[in-house]
Amino acid sequence: MVRFLVRRTLSGLLVLWLISMAVFALFFITPSNVARTIAGRQATPEIIAAVNRRLGLDQPLWKQYLSFVNKALHGDLGYDFYHQVSVAHIIGQALPITVSLAVGASIIWLALGVFNGVMSAVHPRSFLDRALTAVSLFFFSIPSFLLGLVLLYFLYFRLTVAGYTWFPAGGYAPLSAGLGPWLNHLILPWFTLALISAAVYTRLTRGSMLDILSEDYIKTARSKGLSERRVVYRHGLRSALTPVVTQFGIDLGQLVGGVIITETVFSLPGLGKTSYDAITQQDLPVIIGIVLFAATAVIVANILVDVAYALLDPRVRMH
Amino acid sequence: MTMTTTAAPVTETPARIEGRSPWLLAWRRLRRDRVAMVSLAIIVVIFLVAVFAPVVAALTGHPPNEQYRQTGLTPDGLPRPPSGTFLFGTDDLGRDILVRVAYGARVSLGVGVVATLLTVVVGVVIGVAAGFLGGWVDTVLARLIDVVLSLPFLLTAIALVSLSGPSLTLTVLVIGFFSWSSVARIVRGQVLSIKEREYVEAARSLGAGDLRIMAVDVLPNVLAPVIVYTTLLIPVVISVQASLSFLGLGIEPPTADWGGMIAESRNYYQTSWWFMFLPGMALVFTTLVFNLLGDGVRDAFDPRVDRLIRK
Repeated sequence: MVRFLVRRTLSGLLVLWLISMAVFALFFITPSNVARTIAGRQATPEIIAAVNRRLGLDQPLWKQYLSFVNKALHGDLGYDFYHQVSVAHIIGQALPITVSLAVGASIIWLALGVFNGVMSAVHPRSFLDRALTAVSLFFFSIPSFLLGLVLLYFLYFRLTVAGYTWFPAGGYAPLSAGLGPWLNHLILPWFTLALISAAVYTRLTRGSMLDILSEDYIKTARSKGLSERRVVYRHGLRSALTPVVTQFGIDLGQLVGGVIITETVFSLPGLGKTSYDAITQQDLPVIIGIVLFAATAVIVANILVDVAYALLDPRVRMH
Repeated sequence: MTMTTTAAPVTETPARIEGRSPWLLAWRRLRRDRVAMVSLAIIVVIFLVAVFAPVVAALTGHPPNEQYRQTGLTPDGLPRPPSGTFLFGTDDLGRDILVRVAYGARVSLGVGVVATLLTVVVGVVIGVAAGFLGGWVDTVLARLIDVVLSLPFLLTAIALVSLSGPSLTLTVLVIGFFSWSSVARIVRGQVLSIKEREYVEAARSLGAGDLRIMAVDVLPNVLAPVIVYTTLLIPVVISVQASLSFLGLGIEPPTADWGGMIAESRNYYQTSWWFMFLPGMALVFTTLVFNLLGDGVRDAFDPRVDRLIRK
């Protein structure tokens, strides 16, 4: 187990290094107009050169990269081009919002998805199964930006017009402002993310549960006289969860990118929206900081998935 | 690979022996799947709408980018609701939404099909090469697959697209660049088991080279999962393309495209529901029928699922 963790961590670091180089290279393939934007319209070439010097953009690419890596290894991700705020601070500001969004949404989608999937699989071909399959297929087919807008239309706009101001149009309220406002601002974004993912998990759980329920050891469990509930939840669900855990690992890692759209639709200033803004302004230190942070999340999530396998399925522990 | 019907006892007319390839069997199962066939028919219709979008424009008399500032906007300058002149209503610039939805189908289906094909071709080639050749080729390619899979997809896609401005070609390339890795991983896994089979050994003992074995013996046997994956990838690609357009990174205005239209409608959803809902419904409907067809194709290639449920 220790050797496995060490090997995975090393290969994760290799991947991070490749990604950092890729982002750096990409940024410099296209001409940058950061200095021009900062210096303003009237700027003379001298001023632009001065701005470039201040930001370190006049150095050769390899020197900039080495200086970035050197600082990053000392825990310093640099400062953003426009307001000289440290990237670590920017990520620190945005992170709680994205974490609130991601944690809440993933709890909802896991609960909904696994429960619906089990319900479908226990009564295959029933009305409930068909209805759940149809509903999940619908949510599976709707892009998140559209679902977000539709929720806003009915649950914010239509309700407000009807005199029920239950949900805000967007924005974020930190937990320090109280549990109520925090929940209130997050419910619609949570469901936007969760309903779509829940559809994936319903289908996944259903398929894997159907496979497992036809295995011999389930028959054994039944013939021992165990209650159906015990057979389904203790013996069936536990093994059926393996593909769900895989998918959850992948999704968790991809969330930093995935929340971009939800955060944009609901004006939540989390990592997704921050990175989107940074990208449109070519704010390299912020982009690279968030991309590396997000990639780290993917890698850590993958390692955790493998650990979770071992815990769920004793057979994996041998390898 | 082929199955033959048991010959009847010898009589005057010998029983017809019919070869049924797995493809034929899958197609027969698919043809019996009513939902899948209806979806297929609807997809054909959507393709026709896309191809004949200029006809829609000619029938209504409204070119897709023509702004009807007098007839297409209310005195307050707001979009007009659906009416006899504008069946789907108008957008914020007084353009005919029906015609733009028809033209938008071209972008969605075009990107959906082209990007998916690109993804699948690259993914299959890399997957077969990695799985079959093994050794250092496999090590390098597997590491590459890992790198691409650890990139936060949308984030990097946005970064790539924003660098050179919105363009359709770039959208296709970006989607292809990110999606091949999952195809490659599936194919590589399949190839690893296929290359141990006797028929591969047989081909090699007959003197076939690596390239020939990969193309003739390995490739046809990985195609079934690839076809299933392809059908289910198209709606995902359509959705991603729409999302990029929604963020203003997909296509250059004024070209009509569903994601872009929905983005433009954001400031008008309180006054003009049709502006957001009609392109939105076109988008959801299209991805939905592709998903329904994809489900059917998967069941057709894997009848085991069906048997499991029936018992």
